Amino acid sequence: MEELSAVNSEAVIDTRGLTKRFRGGQLAVDGLDLAVPAGSVFGFLGPNGSGKTTTIRMLMGLIEPTSGTATLLGRPVPRAAHSVLPEVGALIEGPALYGFLSGRDNLVRYDSADPAADPRTRRARVAAALDRVGLTAAGSKKAKAYSLGMKQRLGLASALLRPRRLLVLDEPTNGLDPQGMREIRSLVRELAADGTTVFLSSHLLDEIEQVCTHAAVMARGRLIVQGPVAELAAGARGRLVVTTPDTADAARVLKELGVTGLTVAEDRVTGELPPGDADLADLNAALVRAGVRVRSFGVERASLEDAFVALTGEGFDVAG
Amino acid sequence: MSRAETTVRQENPRARSPLWTLGLLRSELTTTFRRWRTLALLAVLAAVPVLIGIAVKIETGDGSPAGGGGGGDGAGPAFLTQITNNGLFLVFAALAATLPVFLPMAVGVVAGDAVAGEANAGTLRYLLVAPAGRTRLLLAKFTSTMVFCLVATLVVAVSALVTGALLFPLGEVTTISGTRIGFGDGLVRAVLIAAVVAASLVGLAAIGLFVSTLTNSGVAAMATTVGLLITVQILDTVPQLDAIHPYLFTHHWLSFTDLLREPLYWDEVLDNLGLQALYAAVFGSAAWARFTTKDITA
Repeated sequence: MEELSAVNSEAVIDTRGLTKRFRGGQLAVDGLDLAVPAGSVFGFLGPNGSGKTTTIRMLMGLIEPTSGTATLLGRPVPRAAHSVLPEVGALIEGPALYGFLSGRDNLVRYDSADPAADPRTRRARVAAALDRVGLTAAGSKKAKAYSLGMKQRLGLASALLRPRRLLVLDEPTNGLDPQGMREIRSLVRELAADGTTVFLSSHLLDEIEQVCTHAAVMARGRLIVQGPVAELAAGARGRLVVTTPDTADAARVLKELGVTGLTVAEDRVTGELPPGDADLADLNAALVRAGVRVRSFGVERASLEDAFVALTGEGFDVAG
Repeated sequence: MSRAETTVRQENPRARSPLWTLGLLRSELTTTFRRWRTLALLAVLAAVPVLIGIAVKIETGDGSPAGGGGGGDGAGPAFLTQITNNGLFLVFAALAATLPVFLPMAVGVVAGDAVAGEANAGTLRYLLVAPAGRTRLLLAKFTSTMVFCLVATLVVAVSALVTGALLFPLGEVTTISGTRIGFGDGLVRAVLIAAVVAASLVGLAAIGLFVSTLTNSGVAAMATTVGLLITVQILDTVPQLDAIHPYLFTHHWLSFTDLLREPLYWDEVLDNLGLQALYAAVFGSAAWARFTTKDITA
């Protein structure tokens, strides 16, 4: 138990200068220093082609890093992959199944591949995993008859065959309907509440915002930022939004008061608050004094998406 | 990777029962034999002796004389002429007929698909993060391919024996040397020959497995393996390449007929088994070297 708590206090995933250059010279991951704290739900963000999946594959021992080191649960990978991976559940780049086997037999197959899994409890653990993702009724159906969402659930079930200390989920809600996405989110919260660290890659920012405690952003193979989600979102300042029929007057008054980056769209005037602690009440009073009829007045909280756009400067497009 | 695995074993002293490590092999076997493709291949192999038996029956059923009890070397290795006298000869005839093409093709398909097919379907990455262990997975694949060689050969032999027993009389066996041995002895010879035929396929299975680690396309690996088989068989017929013939894995394949001599003539059979072991060692090592260092990007 002592050893467990000692490991828990350090980062569950820790990489130093992790780099992968593929044959042909393409630099997929460039000097990555990632630290995933134990017990966190860690969102791994980035546009397609930014190196997220290559990073995950290096962490899972599927790809040999060109340089740099990575540790998983305190042990080096890929060297100690054999002893670490039984404690890690993974969903990498979507589910992959044997179409001619039933959902249940797919899980049996993956479980027998794990030398640390006890064959005596296999049936029971497979049934429990199916139940957890809501596939008990479809467990005997051939996997090729599954919908994309069901395949995704079965992939998740294979990551949950045994109690894990770390779950690595690459785009877990892909192909799921809104109801399925909600279920996955509550499943992730449930697992995190049990103490499992969840490493979640996604391109859906609001998904990350809803479930993650921490996040990291990658672009073009490099880590742009990492930290608690609240801090990341705070990094992008909120915008003042005024709704008024007198947009021209409002813009003039706000500019005089130091509001920058003003834009006018229909009856909305938005701008960046002046630095320092300008009192919003004073701004509003000034507008009213100038005869601007204010319908609504407030600050829109910065979303993670604003933070992301501010950080990458390019929005959420495919990297070239 | 192997270095990693041995250190891990030291770090992790928890005893694992042999049953746990064999779990993957068992899973590998059930997965292989539950594929429709595997069953279809076996069905084709089972049909070949039936077709030969029926053809021989029809040919001789219209009153034309049976091929001749003289047997002997003039009939060649096909044994076709002796089937009407003794159904057991259908086993030898069917093995001689399927060994050059049908059997190795089936083995090429299963071996070529072993790793590449899993990579193609994406299941390879989940087996490896389970973690199956690359060496352990490759050993399981190699062993299950060997088992398929044996099962495929036995399917031909058993189908031939049943067909032979139903269509023709059974009895004493006239060996190639001209002497006669009892039916029981003949049956033992048939089992021995089936085992040697299965072992003849080991070299090709190792080549197929190696090719399978080179690509992420199961179809490409199967086609390459079967293509190699055909190429080697063509090379084996070119007299100018006499010098390399003894090293071609197909060269000694039909030597199993020596086991129908009295007394048994082992020289070429042993050459064959040695050559197959050599191919298995060389291409098995190559497959291991490739698979344990490969980046799994599929």
